[in-house]
Order: sequence, then structure tokens, then C-alpha cells
Amino acid sequence: MSNTPIDTVPEKIPERSPDHFVAALDDTPLVDVDSVTVGEKPSNLWIDAWRDLRRRPTFWISLVVILFIAVVAIFPTLFTQVLPDQNCSLDNSNAGPAAGHPFGFTKQGCDIFSRTVHGASTSLSVGFIVILLTTVLGILFGAFAGFYGGWLDSLLSRIGDIFFSIPYILAAIVVMSVLFAYRNVFVLSLAIGIFAWPSTARVLRAEILRVKNSDFVMAATAVGLTRFRILMRHVLPNSIAPVIAITTISLAGAIVAEASLSFLGVGLPPTFMSWGNDISQAQSDLRTNPQTLIIPSLALSITVFAFIIIGELIRDALDPKARAQR
Amino acid sequence: MPRYILGRVLQAIPVFLGTTFLIYFMVFAMPGDPLLALFGDKTPNPALLAQLRAQYHLDQPFLVQYWYYMTGIFQGNLGVSFSGEPVTAILARTFPVTARLAIMALVIQSVAGIAVGLVSGLRKGKLFDASALVVSLILISVPIFVIAFVAQFVFGIQLGWARTTVGSGAPTQDLILPAFVLASVSFAVIVRLTRSSVIEAQSTDYVRTAYSKGLGRNRVIPVHILRNSLIPVVTYLGTDFGVLLVGATITEGIFNIPGVGNTLYKAIVLGQGPTVVSFVTVMVLLYLVVNLLVDLLYGLLDPRIRYV
Repeated sequence: MSNTPIDTVPEKIPERSPDHFVAALDDTPLVDVDSVTVGEKPSNLWIDAWRDLRRRPTFWISLVVILFIAVVAIFPTLFTQVLPDQNCSLDNSNAGPAAGHPFGFTKQGCDIFSRTVHGASTSLSVGFIVILLTTVLGILFGAFAGFYGGWLDSLLSRIGDIFFSIPYILAAIVVMSVLFAYRNVFVLSLAIGIFAWPSTARVLRAEILRVKNSDFVMAATAVGLTRFRILMRHVLPNSIAPVIAITTISLAGAIVAEASLSFLGVGLPPTFMSWGNDISQAQSDLRTNPQTLIIPSLALSITVFAFIIIGELIRDALDPKARAQR
Repeated sequence: MPRYILGRVLQAIPVFLGTTFLIYFMVFAMPGDPLLALFGDKTPNPALLAQLRAQYHLDQPFLVQYWYYMTGIFQGNLGVSFSGEPVTAILARTFPVTARLAIMALVIQSVAGIAVGLVSGLRKGKLFDASALVVSLILISVPIFVIAFVAQFVFGIQLGWARTTVGSGAPTQDLILPAFVLASVSFAVIVRLTRSSVIEAQSTDYVRTAYSKGLGRNRVIPVHILRNSLIPVVTYLGTDFGVLLVGATITEGIFNIPGVGNTLYKAIVLGQGPTVVSFVTVMVLLYLVVNLLVDLLYGLLDPRIRYV
């Protein structure tokens, strides 16, 4: 390496200094990287995520499982003609499999398969109502707290902290003990959802704090849009991805919460078909008739498993950093 | 550090007031007679009803009731259970059992979770890693009561290695199986947390520096990779305490362990509303205190947190 003093002037100044120091595009392989097909739709986070997801076999397998469970929940009579809670005869108490009754009978002499098939709709309805509630409440609290900041942020965040500080199953136990006489799918979903929204709000608030300093927000302000319009048109659509990402996993959590509360006896009344109720009633027959316990447990576990797998894949697909790490 | 502690304690006060107010509000500001609602379809004993009315000052306005309730909590008066026994007396009897179970579960989940997560992270993409990921996903998906029944069925009934219900006095060897059940969910989360932070740590500059200084894997893995990967695990243990409380309620109920969780479980199953409310309040307060302690510990471990 030569140590040229700074004050040395080059002896001969080139006659024509080049316009740029980069080789012409045609000469380099970079041309492929830089090329833009004008007709192509510009890529964005959602298109990238979809491209990533559709290449994954686990995504398709869990999607098929979830769609199947959804069909079972909406049209249970396609799968079993046996009524779940009528025609139960104590003559069949804890009886083994018989023609038309592939998994045998419960202690009350009801068909296990039919009860499990009819329980699917309860789990899914609670799951969907809960995530509807947590998403709406979470977006309301998270968006206003993150975007407007100041005293509104302090107030909304402290309210969120209070709800967040009570583990939501414990809170739902209290709510359901008080509303014991009014137990149904909607009240139960409300009891779970009212205490589960702060995590959604926290995720959204953090993302909005990041997004609201972007250049496009400044541009929108410069154009003269109102604050509320900027929030709705520019900030919220750009910060919603992490909320969508955790939604499927919260749905799995809500299904587990419903089953746990029904198992404890403060969920749905025994007249409802619910896997949690069936598991709760079957626990004393673990020794004598394990399939009364195994079949609803299996249905519950497979449903939650499918939602958690697909939820994790969606979360990773929507997070460019996680995508790069794989 | 004293400023950090003071700040955290001051922040905890509104949350503490808010949560107790919320629970109290849910129970006693509902339309109708809150006590009758709490008893569900059962008809309570008039003497008990009168006692509860006096205890909760139901003849006073709502805020006055709440004031009495709060001063009661600070004087160590947590109310009276369904059978007339003070809640504090029940806690004194049942808490040691739950503490033993919880500590066993904590040790199992932390030691096994960190070990499996570390090996997984170091062998990313290998067979061990793939199977650890699948097993942890299954443990996260399967509700704890199903895990408890599977454990009872396989280890208690089929193999006969453990008793399906815990004997009187809850001897420690009977608690091993329930402790594993209780630890299972958090074990899976800790495996995944440790694994991802170990993978992240392996590509950091300080690990590369350590290797280029000539340190061997035996030094770099425990000191540089593992120690820095433990920060998210410690944070998780705080929020995990809530999972542990709910899990203990269900596990103690299923294995019939005479702990705090089982008392709540029985009160729920028997529909004894007032006892349920007292015990949930106790658990939420415990949860708040533990989270405060974890926050303080976190500040001690990571100096960056203190000065924010």
C-alpha cells in the first residue's frame, strides 16, 4: 500500500472524468436483480407471506384439518345420524363399540362419536366470538393509545394493564361463577374475551408506535389529512399484520379456555355439547371405559394443534425477520 | 437501583387497586342479589347468608363496601370460606403443599427446558431439533387436564409406576408425576424460547469474537451463548406464574392434592361462589407480587433495564 500525501496533485488529470463509477448495467449480472417487469404486481408483505405459506406442506395439511373440523361443526348430521343427547339409554352404559356406534357409549349410555361430532361447533363458536371480541377491543385500545399518545395512552394502557394482570382463566372463573344462571356460548365467550384483549392491544400499540414515525405518515400530514383519517387510512393498515399473526394462536387459546372452564364446571351447562363437559363427565371412568375420555380429548387436542400450527406458520410468514432466519 | 425499585413498586399500586376493584366490581355490582347469584342453583343457609352479608357490608353503598374490603385485605383478613373457616387459615394449611408442587414443577421445567432448548438450538435442523419442536408443539396444544389424564392412565394404571391420587399429607414421591404434568406446558415454551435465542446468539459478534480469541466450545457455549440466552426465559417465568396457578388448580384437582389449587377446584365444582372469589383474589394478588419480584430481579440481571 502506498502512502500518498494528501497534498499531492495527480500529475495528469484525466481528460474526461467518468459520469459514474459503476459498470454499465448491461455488462454485469446485476441486471437480473435490478430488472423490473412493469406489468408485474408490486410485491408487499401479504403477497410475500402467501408465497411463503403456499410452499409449506404443513400449512396445507393443517388447513385441510381445520376446514374438515369446520364442516363437522356446521353440518354435524353429515357425519352421524345418532342424536347426541336423546335416545341415551342406561342399558348401554359404558358399553363398547356396536354397529352404528363406532366408539361405544358413555356412562349415561349416549353415543360417544355423536357427542364428539356435535361438540365441534361449540368449540369453534367460542373460539371465533372470543377472537372477534379481542380483535375489536384490542384494535380500539391499541390504536388510540399508540397513535394519539399522551394522557390517552397512559389511561388506556393502565386499563389494559389491569385486565392483563388477571390470568384470564381465573377471571373467567369469577365471571362465570357470578353469571352461573346465564351460562351460554355467548356469555362464556364474553367472559374470556373481556380479559384476553390486552395482549392484542399491546402488540398493536407497539407496532403503531413504530409505524407512526414513517415518511408516508408525514406525507399524509403534509397533504392535510386529519389525524383520524391518517390513522384509519395509513397507520392502521400498515400495523395490522402482527395482530393478524397472533389471532389464530389466540383462537386456539380460547378453545382451550372454553374446554378448561367447562371441565371445571363453570363453562357451559351439561345440556350443551362441549368437549370440556364430556371430558369432565368421563374422568371417573378412566379405568373402566377410557374411550369416553380419549375420543373427546383427541378431538380437542387435534383441533387446538391444527390452529396452533397454522397460527405459527402465519406468524412466521408475516414477519420478514423470522422468514430470513429460516 | 433504589430508584428503579421505587418506580416499579409505585407502578404496581394502581394495578393492584385496579385488579381488586375489578374483581370486587364483577361480583358485587351486578344487578340482583350478588350473594344469591354466587350460590347458583343452591339455596344457602340463612345464617351463612347473614354472615356473608355482614362480612361484605352489603347494606352499605358500593364504594364503602370496597373500602371495607380493601382495609380488610391489608389487615390480613381475606374473608371466611363456605365452611366458616377463615381463608387465611386454609391458606396456611394448603400453601406449603402447593409451594412444594410448584417448586418441583419450576425446577423440572427450567432445567429440562433449558437443556433441551440449548441442544436443539445448537443442532438446528437436525433430528433432535425437529423432534423437540414437534413434542413441544404437542405439549403446548394439548390442554393440561388431558395431559394429566394421559399421565394417570399410562404411568398410574398401565405401568403402575405412580399413584393416580396423592395420599394424605402429600408425600413428595407422590407429587413427582403431578409436578411433571404441571411442568409440561411451560417446559415446551421454555424449550422454544431457549432454542430461538440460542440460534440468534450463535450468529452474534460477541460469540464470533469469543471463538476467534481461541476459546473452545466448552467455554463459549455455557458462558457466552447460554447465559445471554437466559434473559427471555427469566422474563417468561414471571408471566408463566399465571399459567402455573391455573395449571395447579386443575392438576391438584385431578390428582387430589390438598393444596391451594385443590381448594379452589373443589369450591368451583361444588359451586361455592364466595370461596371461589376469595381464592381467585388471593391468586391474583400472588401473581401481582411475583411479577413485581421478577421485574425487580430482571433489573438486577440486566443493567440496561434499570436506566430506561
